[in-house]
Amino acid sequence: MSGTLRFIQGNEAVVEGALYAGLGFYAGYPITPSTEIAELLAERLPKRGGTYIQMEDEIASLCSIIGASLTGRKVMTATSGPGFSLMQEAIGYAVMAEVPCVVVNVQRSGPSTGLPTAVAQGDVMQARWGTHGDHAIIALTASNLQDVFSMTIEAFNMAETYRTPVILLLDEVVGHMREKVVIPGEGIPVVERLVTSVPEGIDYHPYLAREDGRLPMSDFGGVHRYNVTGLVHDMWGFPSNDPTVAYNLLRHLVDKIEKRSHEIVRCQEHQLDDADILLISYGSSARSALHMVEKGRDSGIRIGLLELNTLWPFPYEIVRRAAEKTELVLVVEMNMGQIYQEVKKAVRTDRVYLVNRFDGVFISHTDIEKVLNVVMGRGV
Amino acid sequence: MPTKDFIRQRFFPHLWCAGCGHGVIMASLIRAIEALNLPKNNVVIVSGIGCSSRMPGYLDFHTLHTLHGRALAFATGIKMGRPELTVIVPMGDGDASAIGGNHLIHAARRNIDVTALVLNNSIYGMTGGQNSPTTPLDARSTTTPRGNIDPAFDLVELAKGAGASFVARSTAFHTKELEQMLEKAISHRGFSFVEAMSGCPTYFGRRNKLGSGVDLMRMFRERTVPIGSEKKKTDPSLIERGIFVDRARPSYTDQYRYITQSACEEH
Ligand code: SF4
Repeated sequence: MSGTLRFIQGNEAVVEGALYAGLGFYAGYPITPSTEIAELLAERLPKRGGTYIQMEDEIASLCSIIGASLTGRKVMTATSGPGFSLMQEAIGYAVMAEVPCVVVNVQRSGPSTGLPTAVAQGDVMQARWGTHGDHAIIALTASNLQDVFSMTIEAFNMAETYRTPVILLLDEVVGHMREKVVIPGEGIPVVERLVTSVPEGIDYHPYLAREDGRLPMSDFGGVHRYNVTGLVHDMWGFPSNDPTVAYNLLRHLVDKIEKRSHEIVRCQEHQLDDADILLISYGSSARSALHMVEKGRDSGIRIGLLELNTLWPFPYEIVRRAAEKTELVLVVEMNMGQIYQEVKKAVRTDRVYLVNRFDGVFISHTDIEKVLNVVMGRGV
Repeated sequence: MPTKDFIRQRFFPHLWCAGCGHGVIMASLIRAIEALNLPKNNVVIVSGIGCSSRMPGYLDFHTLHTLHGRALAFATGIKMGRPELTVIVPMGDGDASAIGGNHLIHAARRNIDVTALVLNNSIYGMTGGQNSPTTPLDARSTTTPRGNIDPAFDLVELAKGAGASFVARSTAFHTKELEQMLEKAISHRGFSFVEAMSGCPTYFGRRNKLGSGVDLMRMFRERTVPIGSEKKKTDPSLIERGIFVDRARPSYTDQYRYITQSACEEH
């Protein structure tokens, strides 16, 4: 891949990815450990004619990017724990009104203020179910900065493709560590907004999905004037109490993501072909899991890693198939078992174990090794 | 253009009760937009949640019905996303000054070039008549059965204090005055705040034995006076109408344009 070689921080890799994808509007509120994203964009966005605004809180940040998205801009906000909690209502709005936007959550320890500068992966379920009501969501993650860069672009691409908020669920270690990243000049596909071809004067239905499930948009300020609401609405975007309208809308909102999970799921396999022991991990935990695989292989253990880059929709089928071929499954994460529970739904065996930390300390390969020794019957 | 040409008749009848002040205020807004000759495609109406916030659906502009209290935050994104658009934000009193109070004061502080129109009926109508931050002391509501002990906000003073560069008040009764005020507010470059006192006969009127929508209109005529009126000196309980603030101050949108220009020139 040709491009510029940079040695940067994870949060900067998000910024590079967002700018590559065509970010035009960012709104945010300072919070550790995501603040560098705002600082860098305050510097860089105006130079490209984009807009940076610091809002009065995280609620306003997400609301304002939704507004800007409706004018045709590609939009993003970034936050962490408490700020992510404040954003949940507006995430639901973006789901309901089908407004593309990217929400970055650089996870820190919680609940509440928790350990603001310490790593955790405790918001996995909040990303899935944080906003009220039945809905589907896309959440992506990455363990190294090249992937942070490319998953950020993917987040924008998926937001545009499915007209939905996409959550980029990073963590403090990935956000703050430094690593080399190649920023390509070109070559990574970028999905632009699908704009309606309905001409002026013809009735445009903003919420009438095409056969492929996609809904072409029309910018506010354009030739089609329509209504956008968080209420259950009909194909014109006008509120409706009709049970059939409500049923069809909710089905559409969920199906457009769940039924396309094969397009959305991103996973990476590391030495899985002959593995007897399967590690499943994501985000910065996957770095230690990979380290464990390398160490284990050195000492003759057939161990491999399935790294998840898409957390939601959860790749049940891929996890099930990977687990089928192995003796033991260890889920490595920094929470009390949020992905572990999903893996247990996919894998109908009692050979699934959790290796975790939730004390603000980065999980290491020795943490994994200890559990591995126990489950392999080698003692502590 | 007749008023009906600004309305989405497909979505009528509207949901407002007979005697509600909101429809009359909407008509004043339509006439103000018409008088300014604004192309329909350049106008965006953004609201929150509540009876008054149902207004955008009925209007034939770009319309966004958002979350309770958050209309100004969404509007900020629209205005900054596409500064050439005229952005008007109708809100209720609870919407604007309780749950949305933070966004209101910061929009005023930034002086973002949008027009906030607060339809103030001193009650939460949509949820069935609870007290709001503008419910007068001692007034009855479903949640103040023994009389309200929460002092009320004076929305004009609130907007002034937060730095709004245009602040005005009128009522649903003074339709012509309100229309002219809205014309000025929309033309004003910067954050404009217009309070339109509105009547909710269904809840505020009934709970406080104030009569029908017509009686509430009569109250607006009798209990309000133009700014500086002699009557106010003898009866301080009268409420003043008119333009309280109209001053030039750089708007956020203009300021940001300078930032962008200087950033682009750095190379
Ligand atoms: S409840 Fe009150 S504010 Fe709501 S529509 Fe009826 S009269 Fe108007």
